[in-house]
Amino acid sequence: MRTLRNFSKGIIKENPVLVLVLGTCPTLATSTGVLNALGMGVAATLVLTFSNILISALRKVIPDKVRIPCYIVLIAGLVTAVQMLVKAFAPELDKSLGIYLPLIVVNCIILGRAEMYASKNKVFDSAVDGLGMGVGFTLALFLMATIREIFGNGTFCGLEIPGLKENHISILTMAPGGFFVFGLLIAAVNKFGKHKPKKKHPGCAGCPQAEICQKSDTAGDGEEAASHD
Amino acid sequence: MTKLIIILLSAVFINNYVLSRFLGICPFLGVSKKLNSATGMSLAVIFVMLIATAVTWPIQMYLLNPYGLGYLQTIVFILVIAALVQLVEIVLKRYVPALHKSLGVYLPLITTNCAVLGVTILNIDEGYTFLEAMVNSLGSGLGFFLAMVMFSGVRSTMEDSDIPESFKGLPITLVAAAITSLSFLGFGGVIENLFG
Repeated sequence: MRTLRNFSKGIIKENPVLVLVLGTCPTLATSTGVLNALGMGVAATLVLTFSNILISALRKVIPDKVRIPCYIVLIAGLVTAVQMLVKAFAPELDKSLGIYLPLIVVNCIILGRAEMYASKNKVFDSAVDGLGMGVGFTLALFLMATIREIFGNGTFCGLEIPGLKENHISILTMAPGGFFVFGLLIAAVNKFGKHKPKKKHPGCAGCPQAEICQKSDTAGDGEEAASHD
Repeated sequence: MTKLIIILLSAVFINNYVLSRFLGICPFLGVSKKLNSATGMSLAVIFVMLIATAVTWPIQMYLLNPYGLGYLQTIVFILVIAALVQLVEIVLKRYVPALHKSLGVYLPLITTNCAVLGVTILNIDEGYTFLEAMVNSLGSGLGFFLAMVMFSGVRSTMEDSDIPESFKGLPITLVAAAITSLSFLGFGGVIENLFG
């Protein structure tokens, strides 16, 4: 039961993309098509799960002072492995994800989970947490890509949708559409989200930019505003 | 020469890192509330992008490629950038305290900025020469600067407006970013026509 809750918190209550607002760069960039989004989601989930397992297993070995560089090296190694796997087995995906595949290294979600969860919890729990967060990330990407591909391109997974194909709003698949759809989704989460907002923006504990970042205040405001409804 | 100008201008306007390539969104949304911090952050990013390219390009060309170690690119680049940022901070603190004072807070945060790692990898992927790579980094940094400054202006006018309850905070910021990004779409094709 506890394991199940640990797994499901990443999907809805603490969804890394829509609630914690981490990993925005890959979310915006790879959600132009459903297949791209799923590829990115699976790649990030793999890295996230294994980095959580490794970091949790090594949490007593890694000295506290140099933990962030250690995490980054571990994550970079895993990303390289995933990169080589994708290149070997899905060369088309490698081409369409391009630069965003190696950039999983600097994805805030992964470093954030390492710092906030894996460095304090047992291996099994960390693996479940990583998997849950990864699935949440993938689902959020899938949702956004579905909206952008169906309305922006008139297709779904490359299959044409009659009626929409002729009247697609192509701006949605371009850069401005990414920001716009993402903004609408977060607004919807603020409106309908039933979760009690935490005092401090929980995603920021693991983010090295937390000190000067003003996003935490704004996101907090947004969530508080939602809770007054 | 024309090629260098085209690389520079297209990095600033057409392939703007923030608004069309979606790199460096975290500082773009996080640090753009005030003009001061937006400027400081972007200057630090330009600075680090230039040094990072100056170091990673030779490493890739003269160390990794000849020995068939290209697959180590991601690990090596992120480590080099992290070490470099630390080093730059120490050197600035010791010799140029004035500059350190204005950029110091932002420097350590740039290590995990995807725009910096992105530009170093893209320089290699695009097959640029050393000079072209440096120009591309400068252009990307300037593009980041432009986007940050423009957006901080947009945000300051947004401050007093009456925003629907559920749009307050991040959602309206993202919608504003969409409109800012829309204005950059207008540059598409301009540069090819100028020099074509």
